[in-house]
Amino acid sequence: MTPDKRMKGSRALVAALEDEGCDVIFGFPGGVAIPFYDALYDAKGLRHVLVRHEQGAAHAADGYARATGKVGVCTATSGPGATNLVTGIATAYLDSTPLVAITWQVRSDLIGTDAFQEADITGITLPIVKHSYLVKDTADLARTVHEAFHIASTGRQGPVVIDIPVDIAHGEIAYHRQETLDLPGYKPTVRGHIKQIRAAARAINEAERPVLYLGGGVISADAAPEIFKLAELRKLPVATTLMALGAFPETHELSMGMLGMHGTVTANYAVHECDLLINMGARFDDRVTGKLKAFAPHAKVIHADVDPAEIGKNVAPLIPIVGDVKHVAGALCKELEGLEWSPERTQAWLGRIAERKKEYPLHYEDPEDGKLAPQFVIQEIDRVTGHDAVICTDVGQHQMWATQWYTYIRPRQFISSGGLGTMGFGLPAAIGAKIGRPDATVIDISGDGGFQMTMQELATAMSDDVPVVVAILNNGYLGMVRQWQDLFWNKRYSFTNVEVQPDFKLLAEAFGAVGLRATEKDEIEPALREAISCGKPAVIDFRTSAEENVYPMVPAGQEITEMIGGSPKRGRKS
Amino acid sequence: MKHTLSILVENKPGVLTRVAGLFARRGFNIESLAVGLSEDPRLSRITIVIDGDEHPVDQVTKQLHKLINVLKIRDLDPGGQVSAELLLVRVAGEGEKRTEALQIAEIFNAKIVDVDRRQLTLRVVGTNDKLEALLELLQPLGVLEVVRTGTVALGRGRGG
Repeated sequence: MTPDKRMKGSRALVAALEDEGCDVIFGFPGGVAIPFYDALYDAKGLRHVLVRHEQGAAHAADGYARATGKVGVCTATSGPGATNLVTGIATAYLDSTPLVAITWQVRSDLIGTDAFQEADITGITLPIVKHSYLVKDTADLARTVHEAFHIASTGRQGPVVIDIPVDIAHGEIAYHRQETLDLPGYKPTVRGHIKQIRAAARAINEAERPVLYLGGGVISADAAPEIFKLAELRKLPVATTLMALGAFPETHELSMGMLGMHGTVTANYAVHECDLLINMGARFDDRVTGKLKAFAPHAKVIHADVDPAEIGKNVAPLIPIVGDVKHVAGALCKELEGLEWSPERTQAWLGRIAERKKEYPLHYEDPEDGKLAPQFVIQEIDRVTGHDAVICTDVGQHQMWATQWYTYIRPRQFISSGGLGTMGFGLPAAIGAKIGRPDATVIDISGDGGFQMTMQELATAMSDDVPVVVAILNNGYLGMVRQWQDLFWNKRYSFTNVEVQPDFKLLAEAFGAVGLRATEKDEIEPALREAISCGKPAVIDFRTSAEENVYPMVPAGQEITEMIGGSPKRGRKS
Repeated sequence: MKHTLSILVENKPGVLTRVAGLFARRGFNIESLAVGLSEDPRLSRITIVIDGDEHPVDQVTKQLHKLINVLKIRDLDPGGQVSAELLLVRVAGEGEKRTEALQIAEIFNAKIVDVDRRQLTLRVVGTNDKLEALLELLQPLGVLEVVRTGTVALGRGRGG
């Protein structure tokens, strides 16, 4: 931008977004958003993607952010437009993804009068944002945008809401990019304390049964190379959370896969037996720990996190390190390189883990109802895409199978609502991811339940020419709830049967997309190949077994040793 | 144990809501809260008293620190702070009761700020304990209405 050019607030907003490197904004217009949409009409460097429901805009921006590491931006009009973003903002908050949500507000002088389409969106979103703004002066607009991007993308990342009354968009200002931010209360600690890092390095060096426990912080800090080096330096077996899938290649011999409720036997028992648990950017979530008191009972704990409030929240670590995982892991490597160490120290441990991997692999049997095994469908997706696709998911059984049966080899390859568990996330997130990474094959693995929550976004994929593949594992049930009803509620399948459903093949075709169906094993690969290569959005209806369960499973709030279905014989306690 | 947190925040709209909202969301109970301008008109100082046995103070302060508008938090050492609270109390005060009320007021260095034939209103400044003691003594006379500002506190010596 030329400095100090006078322009309308709405145009200044576009300029500020462009100056922040924002190249795409997902949104839906409305009355008070019109001035901004008028400015977007001839914005050169800023693409607008028109979604079909504002929730889709927030998820798409989130998916874009997770796939690229950049800040995702969405916009909606006042009132219902803004409230429709709420689920998407909460999703980004729980998974700490960088999102800027711009909402439009009624005229400043009407705020508080219950005006048409008025909602107090900064109030509504207060508990689910990293920060929020209600802009009161056009002169503050540009600075607010720069601050919002800075806050969203640094420290522990998260969503920032900017609520802008329509008169602010009409006002005129002299726009110039502000380099200095006025945030006296915001100074995230990035560099870990060297004393703590040295203590951690000594503990790692002395451990006989170490486990490296990776969380989403590894991915948001782009710390995968440092973590890889750290794991190899001391031969640390690696367990990842759902948020960290891909942070360490699952093809590597040190990888134990995911831990937690539906994690592998190997990962969960390794955590149970380890003498040192090295948590890098994870938060001891209840889906990981089960019964907290019985979690990692023999372990000293090292916990590195950029958010000091996570340290000691659930588990009191022996060695806390506040800092960005990239820096901490890098510094740990440096310290460890200066220490003497012999591989014999952990040899027995690594041997036990290798044995357990062999003895307790993930396992399923061909379904008795003759339908497709959902696990097999995902194995086929893995094979056909050569571990190389970006996989987005909804929430439920298909999500857990997607964590188990696809092989993740690099960060930002698995995009899923982990913390909030938002059904309907998959398709819009896949659209965002595909726009962020047009060269990648992007597959939304969904269920028949979740897909129906945001399936209108197929129209977005069509109109914006975003060739995503939707793989519906269609079992006619809200499968995860049905599984709990099966296991813990005496098979009383209360309102989880959704077999009355649209014909997904015809539905896709009605949108102008490619619709496919696979009911036999040998139909899976051709359907996938066609969907991936057709160059259009495609939906594949995979008819999967109705009552298949996800195993292994540690029931909520229980100890790892209470795991169900961990052994090769399904259903037996291991 | 009670903890007195002295929180320096930006003097901007909505900041108190953020602080109070955080307490509500994380399930922390506030015993008292007082807020006003600080030495710098751009900054406000909030004094919050919480029960440290109920919630780990460490977790409360860490969560508060995450609020963008919060600049500084001090968990004031009970021995190293000066604190005060202002209380207004309206008590029944006719005949002998009035004499007694006036005596109590004098002991506690309370000012009579309003009076009529039937009742009187005392204003007193002091520590939380002092105010509690005063109220206990006034109780038999008939306490009609009480309002308290909540504790405000500063660290001794260095700034808070």
